[in-house]
Amino acid sequence: MAIWFARSRNLVSSLRQNLGLSAILIKRNYTSPRPVFTNYQLSSRVFLNPFTSFRHESTAVETQPDLVQQSDHEDDAQELDFPGGKVGYTSEMKFIPESSSRRIPCYRVLNEHGSIIPNSDHVPVSEKLAVRMYEQMATLQVMDHIFYEAQRQGRISFYLTSVGEEAINIASAAALSPEDVVLPQYREPGVLLWRGFTLEEFANQCFGNKADYGKGRQMPIHYGSNQHNYFTVSSPIATQLPQAAGVGYALKMEKKNACAVTFIGDGGTSEGDFHAGLNFAAVMEAPVVFICRNNGWAISTHISEQFRSDGIVVKGQAYGIRSIRVDGNDALAVYSAVRSAREMAVTEQRPVLIEMMTYRVGHHSTSDDSTKYREADEIQYWKMSRNPVNRFKKWVEDNGWWSEEDESKLRSSTRKQLLQAIQAAEKWEKQPLTELFNDVYDVKTKNLEEQEHGLKELVEKQPQDYPPGFHI
Amino acid sequence: MWGILGRRAVVVDGGFSASCLRSRMRSGLVSARSYAAGSKEMTVRDALNSAIDEEMSADPKVFVMGEEVGQYQGAYKITKGLLEKYGPERVYDTPITEAGFTGIGVGAAYAGLKPVVEFMTFNFSMQAIDHIINSAAKSNYMSAGQINVPIVFRGPNGAAAGVGAQHSQCYAAWYASVPGLKVLAPYSAEDARGLLKAAIRDPDPVVFLENELLYGESFPISEEALDSSFCLPIGKAKIEREGKDVTITTFSKMVGFALKAAEKLAEEGISAEVINLRSIRPLDRATINASVRKTSRLVTVEEGFPQHGVCAEICASVVEESFSYLDAPVERIAGADVPMPYAANLERLALPQVEDIVRAAKRACFRSK
Repeated sequence: MAIWFARSRNLVSSLRQNLGLSAILIKRNYTSPRPVFTNYQLSSRVFLNPFTSFRHESTAVETQPDLVQQSDHEDDAQELDFPGGKVGYTSEMKFIPESSSRRIPCYRVLNEHGSIIPNSDHVPVSEKLAVRMYEQMATLQVMDHIFYEAQRQGRISFYLTSVGEEAINIASAAALSPEDVVLPQYREPGVLLWRGFTLEEFANQCFGNKADYGKGRQMPIHYGSNQHNYFTVSSPIATQLPQAAGVGYALKMEKKNACAVTFIGDGGTSEGDFHAGLNFAAVMEAPVVFICRNNGWAISTHISEQFRSDGIVVKGQAYGIRSIRVDGNDALAVYSAVRSAREMAVTEQRPVLIEMMTYRVGHHSTSDDSTKYREADEIQYWKMSRNPVNRFKKWVEDNGWWSEEDESKLRSSTRKQLLQAIQAAEKWEKQPLTELFNDVYDVKTKNLEEQEHGLKELVEKQPQDYPPGFHI
Repeated sequence: MWGILGRRAVVVDGGFSASCLRSRMRSGLVSARSYAAGSKEMTVRDALNSAIDEEMSADPKVFVMGEEVGQYQGAYKITKGLLEKYGPERVYDTPITEAGFTGIGVGAAYAGLKPVVEFMTFNFSMQAIDHIINSAAKSNYMSAGQINVPIVFRGPNGAAAGVGAQHSQCYAAWYASVPGLKVLAPYSAEDARGLLKAAIRDPDPVVFLENELLYGESFPISEEALDSSFCLPIGKAKIEREGKDVTITTFSKMVGFALKAAEKLAEEGISAEVINLRSIRPLDRATINASVRKTSRLVTVEEGFPQHGVCAEICASVVEESFSYLDAPVERIAGADVPMPYAANLERLALPQVEDIVRAAKRACFRSK
């Protein structure tokens, strides 16, 4: 007894649910100029021609009387073709509600007290990995604190912290392979930290000095390093999403064992590029992991003013993308989910969406004072009671892998290293004048050469108009 | 361990792509009627198609992306036959989202592929302009050379016939004002072939402005231009017709009008030099100024809106560099300062015509008011 394959998974799964059949699905091969989609449940490709012969359909219906759902509405047994595949009919006029009665639950492994919840699904983490993850989370905390203070002292022009999102930063980075290409938004320096960017390198970028890999071209926190497969942070929001689909497509075409991983905040999902990026990645079957850091705030815009859906996870299915909601403050859950998503993306060549629930403890950036639009109590609550670093620390300590002594040693040595890095970065000279005109193009064009020459001449002729020690 | 990003070929020579220098092109770049033995003709459409085909065949990283480029064979048939030849992975029909597919193209270019992104018209590129400017044009600079974007954005630009305001704007001035982009505008079939090949091979993002009305026009094409290694240098204008009395600079469709105007002027004893800019950014100021220093008079022509246009830049350049050579004020001919009307009579009035160019040239020669 056969059921023909329906394009909508829901139809099939609902049929299965309702009828309790573990039926054999027959695939139908129709020639089509271009394969349209892959079959998730079978491992073979199915080609659908929207203009299926009705003869097949009616025959199939006749041989499977049990498959018809019993309902009051006579029409409900039939299915008809539309472009896009077969769709069941109903004469019951029912609107899909704007929200489901139950919100999508949040996956977590560690409880609030830092103990693993019994029987939880998770990928085991070794002592070595756990200790490294904790160290990096603590390092990120210290780094954020010190750079923030440096901005307040006027030593750098701008900074943006990731306070409250250390688990997302470090645990997701730990779950990826170094070949996976990361397209960040801007609140993920922890990923770069994990991959080996040093505190000195962070400081150099913030100061825009001669050692900065970005050659002083970008404002602070716009890190990037092709060595570490981490794309330079770009200010316009959500542009990295369709770019990630493009990177995924390139990796797919070159058959690399790697995926693109891109981050976005809750606010960024309102951008048109979110729609384009996810839709496209699904159609192209590109290996991309989309990670949304739902931290509740987009500068002063609370999520209740950003969207009316149940967060971002429900949007995945709208694009035909597998998705999961994760407790972003639980390092083990983040690690497991990203590991699994990455495997799916690469082995199945598909996009995956992960919504990480968290809270933005810090201000949006040094240009923001969030106490102006939210309660200080709320911030304190998340900072103290829902702190991801403390939660993971508890678990690591309970395993006997970390002590208070280790803690104070790490914090003080990291702090010292950072202060030294800042002092050094501050003193280091800035880029020479020649860097003003480089890299606009691969090779400088004639007009730029002329402009550079003209500027050099001017500086030589009028040195009094330029700061002392200004070098060319 | 080196990341997979940022791998690029090293280009040795300044301003020209190395492959151009390696090609067996003679310096037929500057001379006017140097088409060799060729009595062959080719439409601009076929020229573009063959250029893309040859570049795709030579480099597996090149791929085409856009609305209707595949199964429909291209909205204007520029990509005809490519889907059959290279398959759906390399000739990709996109959903309708300029912002989306431009972003994706840029991402693919970041990761080492060489996309050729088609906009059905450049009017629709406005929906993607953030990706063109902020994600493509500025990336090499902002990343200090770590991320280059070897992408080509191409499609018809400027007025067609009777398509109204939202399908008729010329974007040459907008894109040419952005550092980090290269902007090309071919006229003839040879221009189309040579410049598109150069654009695809170039490691920087290139905006390639075609013209819908030129697609069907046939031009003589030389044997050299038909060779698969042929390409034209970016940043060099071409003197289509030599003259000594007045310099007329223009690009794209207006080159044809300027040549017709030159014929008419010749009948009245005025010898006009017609320069086909070919490259809007970088602008070949050297050729333009050398010509003005020879003729002492300048008429610049473009289809686009007059304020802040390409002509304005050329006038400024000539006044800055060749002021003392000018015998007459510079003349600018551009489209009317209105959104393009639809009615045929109004549309004709909103665009420069041959007569406008003739009159302007005569004014520059003090032959008329």
